[in-house]
Amino acid sequence: MRPHAGDDAHTRATTPTAVRTGPDDARTAAAPPVYAISTRGLVKSYAGPDGSTTHAVRGLDLDVLRGETYAFLGPNGAGKSTTLALLCALARPTAGQATVAGADVLSRPDRVRRLVGMLFQHSALDPDLTAEQNLYIHARLYGLRRRHARVRVTEMLEAVGLGDRRRFPVRTLSGGMRRRLELARGLLHAPEVLFLDEPTTGLDPHARVQVWEYLRVLRDRHGSTLFVTTHYLEEAEHCDRLGILDHGRLVAQGTPHALKAAIGADRVLLRTGDDAAARQVVGRTAPSGLPVNLDSEGVSLRVPHGSAWIPRLCAALEAHGIAVHAASATPPTLDDVFFHHTGRSIHAPGPHRTPGDPTPADPAPGAGTAATEEAP
Amino acid sequence: MTAPALPASDASGTPADRGASRGGAREPRPPLRHELRAVHALIHRDLLRLAGQPTHSALMLIQPVLYLFVLGGGLAALIPNSSLGVGYQAYLFPGMLMMTVQAPAIIVGVRLITDRQSGYLRELLMAPVSRSTLLLGSCAGGTIVSTVQGAVLLGLAGTVGLPYDPLLLALLLGVLILASFTITALSLLLAVSLDRPEIFHMLLGLVMMPLLFLSGGFFPLGNLPGWAHPLAAANPLAYGVDLLRRGIALRVPGQATAVGIEWSGWQPPLLLEGAVLLAGGVAALLWAAHRFSRPE
Repeated sequence: MRPHAGDDAHTRATTPTAVRTGPDDARTAAAPPVYAISTRGLVKSYAGPDGSTTHAVRGLDLDVLRGETYAFLGPNGAGKSTTLALLCALARPTAGQATVAGADVLSRPDRVRRLVGMLFQHSALDPDLTAEQNLYIHARLYGLRRRHARVRVTEMLEAVGLGDRRRFPVRTLSGGMRRRLELARGLLHAPEVLFLDEPTTGLDPHARVQVWEYLRVLRDRHGSTLFVTTHYLEEAEHCDRLGILDHGRLVAQGTPHALKAAIGADRVLLRTGDDAAARQVVGRTAPSGLPVNLDSEGVSLRVPHGSAWIPRLCAALEAHGIAVHAASATPPTLDDVFFHHTGRSIHAPGPHRTPGDPTPADPAPGAGTAATEEAP
Repeated sequence: MTAPALPASDASGTPADRGASRGGAREPRPPLRHELRAVHALIHRDLLRLAGQPTHSALMLIQPVLYLFVLGGGLAALIPNSSLGVGYQAYLFPGMLMMTVQAPAIIVGVRLITDRQSGYLRELLMAPVSRSTLLLGSCAGGTIVSTVQGAVLLGLAGTVGLPYDPLLLALLLGVLILASFTITALSLLLAVSLDRPEIFHMLLGLVMMPLLFLSGGFFPLGNLPGWAHPLAAANPLAYGVDLLRRGIALRVPGQATAVGIEWSGWQPPLLLEGAVLLAGGVAALLWAAHRFSRPE
């Protein structure tokens, strides 16, 4: 069932999967092990009140390579957590198909759950049991033999640096320790794919760094596939690839670098003695067709290789007798990317764009629009 | 900060499982022993909680003990032995056993709801076993914990004049297991049908007292008004108490008491009564498992 077949084709044709692999479906079918996660036309709808239907995920096509760290970005309510629930076979998709770690989520949900680990956004441990007991029970739930379970529990406690806290009741551990303990729990059965839903939300910066350190070790030494949702753009920056989800659809996908490059250009900002006149000069000097903005900050424009343009612009302005007070060139940030695709900043709480928001970064015409697809 | 060191990745599930997963071909459903390990894990969790909270467990025993010795001791002087066949304390004993057993059994349902709210249930659901297995594990854990609590009170049998006869104790323990199972299953059925703990607590508060009074633990059911007899005949606690009484009468004829459960004037045989209690528990567990395993 592919209710959004048209959208699917469009998404596949335009998403920059080519950065890592050729997006040809024949190869996908022939060699599934290449992908740790592969979905086609994944849909999840809930029956809402008054007979309405809420579409949490609408026709998602996703390919995540083995060993890749993939970040999922999206505003609240974009469908990230629902997608994760579908991928780890906790919820059944309404339509479409998904293969995770080589197992189909619809026909072999138990197999999928055995091969994946999950760190929920609001994870829970049994506060009355010790760290060790929590892990041991979990290992047994996953079918590990007694002796094997004990060995794994000890190994994982050491791995996340909680070996000395093994006999402490969980309620006495700090938030960061609990998160690490949950990470250890998710890794007990050595999952091939680890899903992490906002793994560092609510942690202090030090604990956040620690969690990411463990994740990086996991990826580098064991080739684990990590699928992360996050609100922190600097964390997404460290991932191999990221996808931006909005209203249940993947609106952009690619490496952080490619996504930023697709936005185009660096933002060059000039503060001069006479900004209005400077705008005219800059408009004539810069490549034709680029919009030059004037606001309280000064004169700004988006141009590739912004820093190379600063001397030229300055020289032109000097020639017209306009004093340049400051000049800067800023490469696009992931927040710019996010804003471009969703129409709001990732830090903005509201679902809709507020008038006070800064102008979104307009992509330079013809500059790398391959990575963009607007949500309807 | 120390650099994290992760163990070698050969530490997966059982090696055989891994080999099978590589093939990617159709395999049989997860082996039964994995489901059994999950059941064992849940029982283990309940036992660890029991052992980890000795104060809590002791407190739960205090109420029945107080009833037995304070209420029982006080009323014993007022109630002549001839009206019950035995002294009031001895009469109260089966009821107090049932009271001891029902509290931890009902807590299993409360915990299912709190686990759902805290997110722990979702962690359990992520385990690669069927949902029915998880419910079965919770039920088994609750049954065992309740029985352990009941067995502690059973140790007081001598204080009310019962002999420490191994066969009698085994018989009573068997009834306690049966009653624990059925009450746990009913509690779980209630828990999977409700999603708010407040409603669960409200229902319990509403129902618990009548259930105890209609159990025949405090006074003979024959003394109840006519309209209350069908209620008593539908009360699982009444079956538990009656089975305990009849078990005692079987081994110690001098302790025989008045008739308990009656189905429109007819007293069912001992085994049938036990079978009804068991069937009620099994039906409740199956229904609960059915409701629980509904896909989202």
